[in-house]
Amino acid sequence: MKQRLVMIAVLVLVAGALVLAQPPQAPPATPDGFVPVNSLPQAEQLPAAPMVIAAYSVVWVVLIAYIWMLWRRLSKVERELADLTRRVQDR
Amino acid sequence: MKDFLRVAWIVMRKDFTVEMRSREIVYTTVFFAASCVLVFAFALVREGRPLEDAAAGILWIAIAFAGTLGLGRTFERERHTETLRALMLAPSDRPAIYVGKLLGMLALLAVVEAVLVPMVGLLFHAPFLASPFWMLALLATGTLGFASVGTLFAAMLVRARSRDVLLPVLLYPITIPVIIAGVRGTAALLQSTPDEPMARFWTALLIFFDVVFVTLSLWTFEPLMTES
Amino acid sequence: MTRYFTPLAFLLLVLFAAAPVVIAGTPYEQTMGLVQKIFYFHVPSAMMMFVSAFVCGIASAIYLFRKSAKADRLALAAGELVVTFGLIVMTTGPLWGRKAWGVWWQWDAKLTSALLLWMIFIAYLLVRRFGGPGSEKLGAAMAIFGMANVPFVYVASMYWRTLHPAPTVVPSLQPGMRGAFWFCVLSFVLLYVLILTLRRRIEDQQAQVDQLYLALED
Repeated sequence: MKQRLVMIAVLVLVAGALVLAQPPQAPPATPDGFVPVNSLPQAEQLPAAPMVIAAYSVVWVVLIAYIWMLWRRLSKVERELADLTRRVQDR
Repeated sequence: MKDFLRVAWIVMRKDFTVEMRSREIVYTTVFFAASCVLVFAFALVREGRPLEDAAAGILWIAIAFAGTLGLGRTFERERHTETLRALMLAPSDRPAIYVGKLLGMLALLAVVEAVLVPMVGLLFHAPFLASPFWMLALLATGTLGFASVGTLFAAMLVRARSRDVLLPVLLYPITIPVIIAGVRGTAALLQSTPDEPMARFWTALLIFFDVVFVTLSLWTFEPLMTES
Repeated sequence: MTRYFTPLAFLLLVLFAAAPVVIAGTPYEQTMGLVQKIFYFHVPSAMMMFVSAFVCGIASAIYLFRKSAKADRLALAAGELVVTFGLIVMTTGPLWGRKAWGVWWQWDAKLTSALLLWMIFIAYLLVRRFGGPGSEKLGAAMAIFGMANVPFVYVASMYWRTLHPAPTVVPSLQPGMRGAFWFCVLSFVLLYVLILTLRRRIEDQQAQVDQLYLALED
């Protein structure tokens, strides 16, 4: 059954590829007035340093917070495991 | 193979027979789809009149919302009467049950679309019938893509907690390519000169999507629906 | 904890301490200047996000078809990491884009695919948390379907507009940047492996605790 399904899937994929063989037009140019930042007058450009600092801060904060949360959970589970093992052995 | 199709057909006929007694799901889903369109007509306005360029998007959003509702209702009925478990206990090819339910969903969505397309066309002055073949191709392949993933997810969620909210949460991210392709293809066809090569490209993408996801659904239906 | 964990963790700390120095030593990129330096953490995070999604998808498939509980625990750990690294990617990206392109967000192929992958795995975590009994299977289906979905989103978004630097930006890096870039990639790979090990261990211990509770009840 599964082999037949695979065969049918392959056949249709090939058919689909033949249909797709006609390449569509190139992606349209953005019609919404997009202007690359470098062509903007100097007064409108943003300072880069706050962005870079913010980006790296985000990375550090997220990673440290996540690892700290994992560490806390791991300690809790290990304590619970040790406690339970002791109780099972005491029985 | 014949048995597979026979089981699928029996499942579909069962759903059809049950539904025809009250026609509850059909009527309420169609009306819900129509209400959606009205909400969008009032929400997306420019200069006091509905945004006509939004016709393609509104059509597909209404199909997606109505489809989700229909899926939820159909499988709620199965859960209520425990027929899904009975079906799974039957000594038949499990994927055939999936195909049967899928065919039922496709029939429901076909009825919904038969109402939606003229309605959106009239309200938004959209020439849906300009390229009827490609329009039909887009609708058929798009609906199949949406329904294939939807039927699988709705079936597997039948016994889950929070199933009502989880179905859209799981279904919409996965069916985003269907929405993109459907809307872009329909929009291409609605231009003053219908852009048929573009519609053909999007239909081809939808065919790929359908093949991949129907195959995936058939493969994963049994392990998902049965206990280990 | 394996014997190698502590020395590797120490190595990781050293690498990350050295990273700012390494990055500061790289040349400025011509068009984007200082803000391009975000790339050294943004791209490795994106790489780890995709790797983790792949790991989660494969582990989910193994769980679904071979019924291996170990694979399921790995899948959950990897799924959580997709969301974590995705958070890093989705915040550093717009910060870079705001300066380099002038806008916080654009709907080009790479951004759309990354956003969608992130959302799919957020949905994965939601279903594992709130799906009730049997949510492992629901999550597995979501991970597998999500993985299969990404190429389609990529292609579909590509025929919309595309602004993201071309996929071949890495081979065309200036020599001065290449060293720093691969240094950061290595650091992030090590970081990923260590965090995944930690997260998996939590799941494994939790499974043992559950078993012991059941044993106690007997």
